[in-house]
Amino acid sequence: MTAIQPPSEIIWWKQPLDRVEGTWIAIALVWSLFMFVMMPVWHIYGKQNMSNEAYKTTPAAYIAKTQAMVDKYTVRTMTDQQIPVVRPPPGSDVFLIARLWQWWPILELVKGQTYRLHISSTDWQHGFSLQPQNINLQILPGYEMVVTITPDTSGDQTIICNEFCGIGHHTMLGKILIIEGGS
Amino acid sequence: MKKEMFRTCPESGLQFHKPAEMLIRAHAVLAVVMLLVGGVSALAVVLTRWPAVHWLPADRFYQILTFHGINMLIFWLIFFEVAVLYFCSSTLLRCRIATPRIAWLGFFLMVTGVVVNNMAVIGGQASVMMTSYVPMPADPNFYLGLILFAVGALIGCFVFLGTLVVAKEEKTYVGSVPLVTFGALTACIIAIFTIAMGAVILIPTYMWSMGWISYIDPAMYRLIWWAFGHSSQQINVAAHISVWYAIAAIVFGARPLSERVSRGAFLLYILFLQLASAHHLLVDPGLSSTWKIFNTSYAMYLAVLASMIHGLTVPGAIEVAQRGKGYTKGLFEWLRKAPWGNPVFSGMFISLIGFGFLGGISGVVMGTEQINIIIHNTIYVPGHFHATVVLGTTLAFMALTYFLIPVLFRRQVFLPGLAKWQPYIFGISMMVFTLVMMGAGTLGVERRHWDMAFTDSALGFDYPASAYTLMGLVGISGTLAIVGGGIFVLITVVSVFFGKRVESESNYGTATTRLEMAPSIEGGHGAHAAAGKLGFAAPGTFVLAIFFLAVFVVYYAINWKYLASVWPMS
Repeated sequence: MTAIQPPSEIIWWKQPLDRVEGTWIAIALVWSLFMFVMMPVWHIYGKQNMSNEAYKTTPAAYIAKTQAMVDKYTVRTMTDQQIPVVRPPPGSDVFLIARLWQWWPILELVKGQTYRLHISSTDWQHGFSLQPQNINLQILPGYEMVVTITPDTSGDQTIICNEFCGIGHHTMLGKILIIEGGS
Repeated sequence: MKKEMFRTCPESGLQFHKPAEMLIRAHAVLAVVMLLVGGVSALAVVLTRWPAVHWLPADRFYQILTFHGINMLIFWLIFFEVAVLYFCSSTLLRCRIATPRIAWLGFFLMVTGVVVNNMAVIGGQASVMMTSYVPMPADPNFYLGLILFAVGALIGCFVFLGTLVVAKEEKTYVGSVPLVTFGALTACIIAIFTIAMGAVILIPTYMWSMGWISYIDPAMYRLIWWAFGHSSQQINVAAHISVWYAIAAIVFGARPLSERVSRGAFLLYILFLQLASAHHLLVDPGLSSTWKIFNTSYAMYLAVLASMIHGLTVPGAIEVAQRGKGYTKGLFEWLRKAPWGNPVFSGMFISLIGFGFLGGISGVVMGTEQINIIIHNTIYVPGHFHATVVLGTTLAFMALTYFLIPVLFRRQVFLPGLAKWQPYIFGISMMVFTLVMMGAGTLGVERRHWDMAFTDSALGFDYPASAYTLMGLVGISGTLAIVGGGIFVLITVVSVFFGKRVESESNYGTATTRLEMAPSIEGGHGAHAAAGKLGFAAPGTFVLAIFFLAVFVVYYAINWKYLASVWPMS
């Protein structure tokens, strides 16, 4: 009389549902469809969505674009490694390189302004993890992701690598500095 | 067929075909060896991520983490699953196993694969994590070992299918295969898809590592690798749910509430679980939101629906069986009077609760396209899958093992008093472990990361103190869970190799008996509803299910609210 024996009826698929099963299936189906609809709804009404914008690129081409931005908008450098701090104009295209084991350059963005942030890797796969915001993106070599972001909080953010990328993985940090509008 | 090849277990009534029995034993023993190896490495991982201990140096940590992932997620589970496949075909259907020699070939290929892969990782040239994302290179033997293992497992799948054909041809059963065998067939079909995907991605990657191919596209790699990597976890789901049904049948004589619903839910797995690759690609470049939404939802969450159905029908079947035995008081007497001291039952039930409440809810929430932004690659992710794969699958397999020790190995369980407690020690500490990992992930702590203090970095970052507290709890609960797992390995190994023999006789003979159909329900279908309340056959289970849904809804809403607090992005 059990689940380890063949069903008691040859035509088991015509067996009527128990009320407990039928009711639960109906409830669970409604919940499933609700969760499904939530995703497109958030694309329309929500403010946090993945962009669908990405391009194929090469490390050389991507480094060249980033270097051009760095040459134009560097305002100072940070740390012993002289990492450039770049303050691109609001609304512009901002480029960020992920590489072993650095996020380059350091970006300085104005709170409340919108930027088109491009990110790509020039070597292995990396994980863009913006903390303490907790925004996490997968970064692939050969693919240039473009995300339109609007930093709307004060306080500097740290970019941590959260895709394992070899022995220096845990040292791979970067910064996005947030300055108040008008400064 | 004239040889004396069949024995009947006097306690369980199961009939074993000798070659199948030997194969099941070999796969189960190797599985437990893998669990031991994976468990020892788990201790090293946990003691390194525990900030106050921070035991291993970085290179050794990444190496051991790779080792732990592969031995647990692939080797332990698949060895046990092949044993389950043979059990659900040859043993449950009371037939001879098809082509036992080829099955042994599969076994030795799997063992070879384990050795080749593990040697590559131990050699230090393959610390690439289980996912081995290109273009990070690994020793070619890393991929070769996985390929050999997969071919061996594939052979096991075909031996299972062949055995179903044998049973049908030789008419060892009447009507349709039992539900548990149907569930095993689901696992087998998913496994064949999974292994095919593994071949599609690992063979070219092996060739790339040998220098025969110059380039593997990283986005393509991720798409196909996860069709292998996530689907292999879906084999576990189908297998451990079959084990739940089997244990409900063995311990309570429970029958499915209705065959149609339970089998239909398994069918939904076959149709939709394969879409799960998308769960890992939700914040990847180059894929459209339309693609992500359709796939990550398993096509409108129909596979999630299937799991919610099994989550109701398994305890529901137990409730109906218990009510039939007279435990009809109130909503929960059937549950209170369940054999909580029997590790076969307690392990299965903790597995069910842990898989549903912790693994299931967190999986759906983090698999929501936008919510993944606040979870991807944080330590929330291993928190989630330890709830599904360890609490769900591993604990279900442990519970089944307590049943198999006397029935299959003919040994008494060593230290039965300790065995009684083992599912609680392991299950509860694992529940805490997964919860605190998910908590730390919510605070942004990264997975696969050696140093959350970033001491070697030019630019620093400080996690809040609460993140350190949670990671400390990860260390403590993880260590306790490993102790619980160690007790299981100890009991199993001592019982199987040195345990006292079961006294009853179970000799091999030529006689075989046919598997009979389950007897009809007295009074026809729906009659057992009379045992319940308000026409609900299993009212207590229904209340539990509604509680589950309430937790699900609240947690889902909290995560949307959290997402709404991060920077606007599009």
